[in-house]
Amino acid sequence: MNGSLEEWGNGISWGDVRAWLAGTLPAESPKGPRLEGALRELRREDVVRPTIFVGTGTCGLGAGADRTLQAIRALLAERGIDGDVVEVGCIGLCAAEPMVDVQLPGRSRISFGPVLEADVPAVIGAALDGIPPGDRALYQFAAPEGIQSWEGIPRQSEHPFFRSQLRFVLRDCGVIHPESLREALARGTWATYARVIRTRTPAEVCDEVARSGLRGRGGGGFPTGTKWKAALEAPGDQKYLVCNADEGDPGAFMDRAVVEGDPHRLLEGIAIAAYAIGARKAYVYIRAEYPLAVARLHRAIDQARELGVIGHDVLGHGVDLDVMVKQGAGAFVCGEETALLHSIEGRRGMPRPRPPYPATRGLWGRPTVINNVETLANLPMLLQNGAEAFAAVGTSGSKGTKVFALSGKVVRTGLVEVAMGTPLREVVFDIGGGIPGGHSLKAVQIGGPSGGCIPASHMDTPVDYESLKGVGAMMGSGGLVVMDETTCMVDLAKFFMDFIQRESCGKCIPCREGTRRMLEILQRITRSRRNETGTDTLQRFQGVMYLERLGGVIQDTSLCGLGQSAPNPVLSTLRWFREEYEEHIFDRKCRAGVCTELLQYAIDADRCTGCTRCAKACPTGAILGAPRAPHYIVPDKCIGCGTCRVECRIGAVTVA
Amino acid sequence: MDAVQEVNQRGQEQDGSGTVPDRVGEVLRRFPTRGRDALIPLLQAVQEAEGYLSQDAMTRVARHLSLPPSKVYGVATFYNQFRFQPKGRWHIQVCRGTACHVKGSAALLQALQRALKVEPGQTTRDGMFSLEVVACIGACGLAPVVAVSGECHGGMTPDRVPGLLNAYRRRTP
Repeated sequence: MNGSLEEWGNGISWGDVRAWLAGTLPAESPKGPRLEGALRELRREDVVRPTIFVGTGTCGLGAGADRTLQAIRALLAERGIDGDVVEVGCIGLCAAEPMVDVQLPGRSRISFGPVLEADVPAVIGAALDGIPPGDRALYQFAAPEGIQSWEGIPRQSEHPFFRSQLRFVLRDCGVIHPESLREALARGTWATYARVIRTRTPAEVCDEVARSGLRGRGGGGFPTGTKWKAALEAPGDQKYLVCNADEGDPGAFMDRAVVEGDPHRLLEGIAIAAYAIGARKAYVYIRAEYPLAVARLHRAIDQARELGVIGHDVLGHGVDLDVMVKQGAGAFVCGEETALLHSIEGRRGMPRPRPPYPATRGLWGRPTVINNVETLANLPMLLQNGAEAFAAVGTSGSKGTKVFALSGKVVRTGLVEVAMGTPLREVVFDIGGGIPGGHSLKAVQIGGPSGGCIPASHMDTPVDYESLKGVGAMMGSGGLVVMDETTCMVDLAKFFMDFIQRESCGKCIPCREGTRRMLEILQRITRSRRNETGTDTLQRFQGVMYLERLGGVIQDTSLCGLGQSAPNPVLSTLRWFREEYEEHIFDRKCRAGVCTELLQYAIDADRCTGCTRCAKACPTGAILGAPRAPHYIVPDKCIGCGTCRVECRIGAVTVA
Repeated sequence: MDAVQEVNQRGQEQDGSGTVPDRVGEVLRRFPTRGRDALIPLLQAVQEAEGYLSQDAMTRVARHLSLPPSKVYGVATFYNQFRFQPKGRWHIQVCRGTACHVKGSAALLQALQRALKVEPGQTTRDGMFSLEVVACIGACGLAPVVAVSGECHGGMTPDRVPGLLNAYRRRTP
């Protein structure tokens, strides 16, 4: 044993751990209790030395966690404290990054955030002295038996961000060190897989997953058990499992958090799924834009291979499994399963018609199952607790929990896992803490470019597959972007159309041409009337009349899921915010002030002192006026950039 | 070395200077398998080594895999990750995800374009900065986000752009 695995000490070797997992460790061996003891220590219910946990996921690093980490190490060195510093993944409360937890011997673990470099002495220093600053503490973890909790600091279960959450997939994200296999083992990872291959047949596993009602978390919501059975029953000796971690939806980052925060749980899920369908080879197709996730995944695979839970003849049960990482090259359409398979094969990522479904003819013509990261990460706990326990959470058609990436105009941005059927209002207002800056909620965009907008009036919609479809949105992979009245819905629709038409692979005409036309129509609506000829005006009105029909045609005739759902952002905003479209078209006004070309700038002649600042700054020379005399904006020359308004010291430039 | 350090270091090591004789050849030697499925990983490795895909490199990849160069070019141009112009000393990625859009990444991109006088996909004349638009970096909680050679900067505003650029100019040896 060498390389990526840590040492156990106390006379325990990795061979013993393998025997323990395989169930072949003799009952009378003294190593059993010793291993149990080591695992308990790794669960860190209590620590022997002060331990400091720093969240170093991509979001933590973006907020400055690396500098905080250095400052903490310097602080420990300076004070001569013998403490442990542990890097953990993302706990999901992005708004409070960088987050630092402190655990003292005999006391419960407290979280602080945000802790910037400069805050380290005041916050972490004080906490190490045993006097944690209560105003900087977010919450403390639940204290097990014999551990003293802190006075005056709320429990994690009382913190508004965590109170309504039900964390299954994210249970250990942000709690454990993602690069430590020992910590993952201490939390029970890999034990379920070891038990499953020892005691269950693949068909039994498929049955159990089918009974649990688990549906694909990548967007479509296809029952996972059904898909597996089809692949298991498909003839062929070579089958493949593909984990789709190509999280291309702008506004979604739950897969990244899982891979960065708890890679072994994902790997265990992959191993279980591969066993269930009889696949000996698994691919993880992950975005190259997530360098940290890719690095951690590689490391976890190396560790699992060394431990012997993946590789040849796993734990002596005659199961073979090889896991390979394929990095995506940045194409949204590769989230579509047939396109993804083409990409793995080294071709252009273009979808093909289905059937035949990949479950019968997939990668290199062999039966292939493609599952999303979150679906796979659900499996270890599902099989550990049984299908019934899994199905006890959620609604009649949607079982279990769903992870959402909450972002946009909301107080507590972050990763949220709630039971299916939780009302949107609870997610946005209770967990997310509402809208910042005294603004009010306008809409929630769910499901990324394939999803839709849900207006403030429908915030009681429960989050499950059917209810979301009912209001013209879809679950998607779980991006949830909150918008207030400073967001223009026409601009948002335009943003998504621009994204989709760039990402359309170009294979089928409705998607390639149709999305482009839709974008052009939206561009005409938001373009300035300046220099507009009569034909342009006619085209503008004509386009609007066709917008809905065009959307319908694209939905009905496109080849793959990308095209079929491409018009959703436009159609859903048209459905709920039609008056805003009409204002843009007829009144040529943008109530949110986002479509700058529609803004009309003017100078208040009574207030203008003629300082000439605006005239000098105007990029098009649209401002006329002599020094010390009121200035004037020539409407035909103004491009609505707003520079004059920024330049004016006395606020004489008005905008309507 | 842990993964975080690896990522940081990779961010700092990128530079286009120095003419090492045959970086493409080295990459090709690392890929002895000649299957079609090695094409995308090969192109990614070449881009990692050279910073971009030159016409010459793509032809050599094609020969290595016994594919027509047109197929290689077809695959390379399909994916957003591949670039056909050399990267700058610092590679700036502007996130245009939904959350970043809602929080004003369009203005941020404009400010960067104005400050650098380049369009997305281009490199400044002095070779210092290259600008790229990416779909989503996945740090939506910190929107709007800009990543410079792998280092993420959250909560960016247009008026912080000059300071950011100067900070990287100062760090250039």
